[in-house]
Amino acid sequence: MDTANPTASDMSAGSLGATEPGRARVHYHRRRTPVTWVRSGGLTTLLFALPLLLIFGAFSWYPMVRSVFLSMEMTPNLVTYTWVGLDNFRYVIHDPLLPIAVKNTAYFAFLALIFGYPIPLVAAVLMSEVRRHRGFYSALAYIPVVVPPVVSVLLWKEFYDGSVTGVFNTILGWVHMGPYAWLSSQQMAMPALVVESTWANAGGTVIIYLAALIGVNSELYEAASVDGASLWRKVWHITMPQLRGVMLVTLILQIIGTAQVFLEPYLFTQGGPNNKTLTVMLLIYQYAFGSSVGSGFGYATALSLMLAAFLALFSLIYLRATRSWSSE
Amino acid sequence: MITPWIRRHRKSSKSVSSQGLMLPGHRMPRIRRRRNPVSGLTNQGLISPSDWKRPSVRWGVGATHMLLLVALVVIGLGPLLWLAKAAITPTNDIFNHPLSLTFAHGAAWSNLRTAWSTVQVGHYLLNTIEICFGSWLVQLTVATTGGYVLSVLRPRYARVVTAMLLVTLFLPAIVLLVPLYLMIVNPPLIHHSFMNSYWAVWLPAGASSFNVIIMKRFFDNLPRELFEAARIDGAGPVRLFFSVVLPMSKPILGVVSVFAFIAEWKNFLWPFLVLQDPNKQPISVRLPAIAGQTQLGVFLAAMLIACIVPIVGFLIFQRSFLRGSGLGGAIKG
Repeated sequence: MDTANPTASDMSAGSLGATEPGRARVHYHRRRTPVTWVRSGGLTTLLFALPLLLIFGAFSWYPMVRSVFLSMEMTPNLVTYTWVGLDNFRYVIHDPLLPIAVKNTAYFAFLALIFGYPIPLVAAVLMSEVRRHRGFYSALAYIPVVVPPVVSVLLWKEFYDGSVTGVFNTILGWVHMGPYAWLSSQQMAMPALVVESTWANAGGTVIIYLAALIGVNSELYEAASVDGASLWRKVWHITMPQLRGVMLVTLILQIIGTAQVFLEPYLFTQGGPNNKTLTVMLLIYQYAFGSSVGSGFGYATALSLMLAAFLALFSLIYLRATRSWSSE
Repeated sequence: MITPWIRRHRKSSKSVSSQGLMLPGHRMPRIRRRRNPVSGLTNQGLISPSDWKRPSVRWGVGATHMLLLVALVVIGLGPLLWLAKAAITPTNDIFNHPLSLTFAHGAAWSNLRTAWSTVQVGHYLLNTIEICFGSWLVQLTVATTGGYVLSVLRPRYARVVTAMLLVTLFLPAIVLLVPLYLMIVNPPLIHHSFMNSYWAVWLPAGASSFNVIIMKRFFDNLPRELFEAARIDGAGPVRLFFSVVLPMSKPILGVVSVFAFIAEWKNFLWPFLVLQDPNKQPISVRLPAIAGQTQLGVFLAAMLIACIVPIVGFLIFQRSFLRGSGLGGAIKG
């Protein structure tokens, strides 16, 4: 520990529990590690760290702590705060809308998995075998991802027009089906939202898979070919096992993403028809900004904390998955 | 049997996976030669060279790829092509024959003109650009200086800060919605509302731990010997940052930049909450607001204009985009 090597002293910093860049630390360095850049650079270092500390302090760490307090307060007019303990949580849990929102969000996530999980995987495996103009394929797949979500939702809202001359109804009319009500139908509203969301997001997942396919060891394919393995066996026994880690990661990312779905239900249906597309995020938004701004802030933070606690579970799995995957 | 090309590739693919985080830009000379980051995939893939020689395999694969291409164009690009066509179609024709490939009553270029002038799409587009530019600047400043401190300067508090960044990495943005809103409306210490000010969008955008962490990981992989050499030559930490670290980090700066820009362009909820003055709102916030009061043709023209900039930007900076989104699954603690 008592060494002139700056990296070694850095290593011990964690175990010493250094928390703040206090004055004592500088003295410690001055006495023990007479390395020029550390001694003269303490202040410069702090200046470099300042943007990060200020921005994250004000807009990430402080609001994080604040949200815990807010969840136990009432804020009728944004100025006075009354401590109400766990009342907000009690209110939210007993709100008859909560089970509906949870069920709808789970339904959305489930449908998004059915539609959106296998498609990018199949597309990426096929695309990885393209020999010429592969960049063209991946660009095509990625373009919907850069379209602003507001534009894609409002565009698809046109497609879902319920009249006979709506875009989708016209197409279905060619094969003598429909017309369907789409967004105003209780059964079809949610699947309609999921289809749009899959269209808008699948490209990003394709690119993650493509990047992972680079890592598949070509020796394994060579060996399998020598052993006379068929194409399917190669896909099943080499490609898939090699992609397992990434598949878990995209699965978790997709669950975390879909659990927070807001824009689609907000712009497509405002939660309707008959609350069939009311999601947890939309409920949080309605608590906070729905009627009068401020009165429901406590409820909104209480519900978002519960959602965050639930998602933290998936984040932990994600961290473990990426760790084992990237250390392979 | 193994050509030198394959050997080189195999070696590099191993080093990619052993690095943990895939930052292809780290080997800069090779990246420059490549036209596309994903085009350097295995030559020996699922289909072996001997299989390739069989006509049935060639035809099968060719047909599959044709099918894939058609699917990508129809499903991926189709809605946007429809938008492009409808944007210059008279509103009545869109209503009556939404899928007609021809212009029954001529093209309505006036849609675009009306959208630009009467609906003031140009004005909102400028707002969007201003918001994106500021957010980009804040994000890049925080990410580069922060990554530099955590990776290169490494003061004693670096570990604590890194740990706190990791905590926020997976924090769903929703948890912060209300406290952040209060922070803007009634910030402590300052007591001056930032409502309707672009600072309300710019500053919180900087608190992206994802940016700081990929920046830190990129800096971690830069050769330490170079820093030592610069130090011995008398470069201080400031000089080291501007003259050595930043010039070596162009690939990752590109990735962070395109993502900062596009993320802000796509943003809706936050600017919608804190920018309530219609004159200051970006295009994505204005579009839902004008949806009800604008002719369909003109409205679709406005939507087309709103998505042309990011699409063209993507086509120009494709390489940075595709490289960066591969990172999405690769952050580790």
